[in-house]
Amino acid sequence: MRALYISLVSEFYKSRKTLAFWAAILLPVIVCGLITFGFYSGSEKILARHYPPMMLWGNYIGAALGVMGLLVMPFYVIFMAFSVNNIEHKNDTWKMLFAQPLNKFSIYAAKYLYAVFLILICLFLFATLTYGFGYLLQVLVPEYNFNQYNPSSILINSYTKLFLSSFGILSLQFILSLLWGDFLKPMGIGFVGTIMGIITANVGWKYAYLNPYSLPTLALRITKVSKNTDPLEFPIFTQEIWTSLIYAIILFIIGYFIVTKKSIK
Amino acid sequence: MGNYAIETVGLNFNFGNQVIVKDLSLQVPKGSIYGFLGPNGAGKTTTIKILLNLLKSPSDQVFIFGKEINSNRIATLKRIGALVEQPAIYGHLTGKENLINRCILLGIKKTKADEMLSLVGLAEAANKKANKYSLGMKQRLGIAQALISDPELLLLDEPTNGLDPNGIIEVRNLMIDLATKHQKTILVSSHLLAEIERTATHVGIINKGQLLFQGTINELHLLSKPMLEIEVDKIESASSFLTKSGYEIAAKTDRVITVPFTSAQKSGELNTLLIQNGFTVSSLYQQRKDLENLFLDITKTN
Repeated sequence: MRALYISLVSEFYKSRKTLAFWAAILLPVIVCGLITFGFYSGSEKILARHYPPMMLWGNYIGAALGVMGLLVMPFYVIFMAFSVNNIEHKNDTWKMLFAQPLNKFSIYAAKYLYAVFLILICLFLFATLTYGFGYLLQVLVPEYNFNQYNPSSILINSYTKLFLSSFGILSLQFILSLLWGDFLKPMGIGFVGTIMGIITANVGWKYAYLNPYSLPTLALRITKVSKNTDPLEFPIFTQEIWTSLIYAIILFIIGYFIVTKKSIK
Repeated sequence: MGNYAIETVGLNFNFGNQVIVKDLSLQVPKGSIYGFLGPNGAGKTTTIKILLNLLKSPSDQVFIFGKEINSNRIATLKRIGALVEQPAIYGHLTGKENLINRCILLGIKKTKADEMLSLVGLAEAANKKANKYSLGMKQRLGIAQALISDPELLLLDEPTNGLDPNGIIEVRNLMIDLATKHQKTILVSSHLLAEIERTATHVGIINKGQLLFQGTINELHLLSKPMLEIEVDKIESASSFLTKSGYEIAAKTDRVITVPFTSAQKSGELNTLLIQNGFTVSSLYQQRKDLENLFLDITKTN
């Protein structure tokens, strides 16, 4: 456990000055900021639609979730998986890392957990900023009725689903980035996978859930449908979340065997 | 086995079909500076990577402080500091941050970082990003990283690469200091014998994955003992005459007879003896192979 903790601290120490780390903070700030600005500057148009409080929140949250879930999320995950491994490829530091008196599992698991942590931070910020900026909008534009509905459950549920649904992509991309030091191969495969994922999810193909890249889209689509009925009652652990977790566990184990066999030439 | 910091027993290592290390039996005594010599591509770096368990060796072939490496990986690595090939440095971090990161990984005090920076003369560049460092500075930082855990055994792969003459002398002195005052064992690889000759107590010469010589530096010097080369006519009879007179013939060509050199006076006596017995000596000179040539000879014959 100590080795895992040490490796995690080191991952943070190494990456705290890199784009990968700051992307986790800047992405939600920028996306939520832009949406909030849109709701602020276009408040007249939105107010004219006379949304009930729940629908207003739904529209507001959906704007961030839509952008994030559909396109940004898969690419963000691909980028995170790439950057935690690339820091070693780029600096030729794998040999140093594996020559430390730490077990290989800790080094590998710390990298994986750190990528998970970066995604968690990003999504947590998305949820809290959406919540906070919603109330800020209420202060700036008192005609809004954001204060008449508490969106915390729907925010927690949807971002938890988005978070869990990204594990499949993360584990797959993590292995690709572990194997290849260059940007193009994992990114290219991730790009093709994501496009296929979006298409298969949107045409409603029966087996779309087997493609890890389509899982965030699938997870969010169910959220959206349920939202119009009873937003508090949509389940988190649906088929695509289980698929994502199963993919994650299997690929995580495969990745570990790749690491133990990895020759540092 | 107890006296060796490193011992390999008939170590073999292949990359696919390519044999990299063949039947290598290194014996690095504790407290020695072991010069690991060989031309480029001889298998030095591969061997060092095996000693760090970066490349997996067959079981029961590699022992560090008497312990089999594969079954004692972590305990062994705790006692080793290493610099392999190019120093492993995060370019986006400063020199000091690179060392602090190493302190985190090793679970040691972060104040060690400053200490090491002063030791390798990088205190002034401590807060400069490592990718702005010169090759020599990177090498120093690499050495600092290897030393930071105060390991008993240091594996340094061509540590003077990229250093200027002053830097080379500093590293040399540092190694002598570490071995004599702090009882460290150092395995230092190089492709230049002159580099090793001044610091090493022991030498291993490797070529094409095979160990060609292993012993103390004095034993290596003995290999290059001085010889007396005599150019003389009637070479066959001169040769048998010398043998009869009790001289040891080390080598003989169709023009030159080589005997071990003992002293200038003895050389003179030998000359007189040959002339008195009707031989014409056209030249007589002392020949000493320097270690560099010896090294070339040893690696060439393989």
